[in-house]
Amino acid sequence: MKQSEFLKTVMPFKDKVFRVAKRLLVSTEEAEDATQELYFKLWRNRSKLKDYKSIEAFAMTMTKNYCFDRLKSKQASNLKLIHSNYQEKDTPLQRRVELNDSVSLVHKLIENLPEQQKLVIQLRDVEEYEFDEIAKMLDLQPTAVRVTLSRARKTIREQLTKQHNYGIS
Amino acid sequence: MELANIEELLEKYLDAETTVAEEKELKTYFSGDNVAPHLQEYQAMFGYFSTNKNERFTKTIQLKSQKVNWKWLSVAASVVLLVSVYTGYQDNQQKKAEKIYAKTQMAFGMLAANLNKGNEAILQLQHFEDTKNKIFKQPKK
Repeated sequence: MKQSEFLKTVMPFKDKVFRVAKRLLVSTEEAEDATQELYFKLWRNRSKLKDYKSIEAFAMTMTKNYCFDRLKSKQASNLKLIHSNYQEKDTPLQRRVELNDSVSLVHKLIENLPEQQKLVIQLRDVEEYEFDEIAKMLDLQPTAVRVTLSRARKTIREQLTKQHNYGIS
Repeated sequence: MELANIEELLEKYLDAETTVAEEKELKTYFSGDNVAPHLQEYQAMFGYFSTNKNERFTKTIQLKSQKVNWKWLSVAASVVLLVSVYTGYQDNQQKKAEKIYAKTQMAFGMLAANLNKGNEAILQLQHFEDTKNKIFKQPKK
């Protein structure tokens, strides 16, 4: 696979890779490193990419595995990820987040979910993948994906309602 | 879209039974201005998903590794190690030889000094012999 052809196939989903990595690793820097690392890996394995039905799904699986490995090694070395630096300065996102406090509340609620639920909600509600695509990426049964997703959505909703009612009373 | 319809979709949404298209409908509804008051907590949720999707990876991706090639570095390190061990060994040998040389020299020095002492004694003896010869006449031959 030549470089131009490679770039044409893998570049369209670089933002998705980055967002998924950031969902799991929380910090922007970590997610950037992870994205960079993932593209190294893809480039190194470019000869094998043809064997995969969906390179994008394969890349997502790799991202997931890489991030889980990172998280494990973080835990092992007792380093805590900084959970507050998701706010970036001077990006349109940041300004919009500031405008709407409850939106950033959603961010925090997702952050508190278990890893697998975080991942599923990111892949479905943000990246809008189909259930069987997600199932393939995560090596799960589609029903398991649904169950995980339903749990995540319900948790977020419950917490939001709680917060909402609290705000009123 | 009708409110009843939205409520039904939300029900399905929580059970993860909506399709991607239906979820898009929900997103559109909640991004609008006339959201029913009792559904407002959903607005934050769908709003967040849409906002998050706009986040971009802004750095440029490099395909060629910038990292130091550790394989070659380790080769270089082992060469340096070998060379230094070898020269160190040589140096050590040299020092050992010098030490032995100094010791031998000292031993020879001691030997020479003691030999000289012996010589002196013999010299004295010689002196004694001469004086004796002066005092006593030598038997004629």
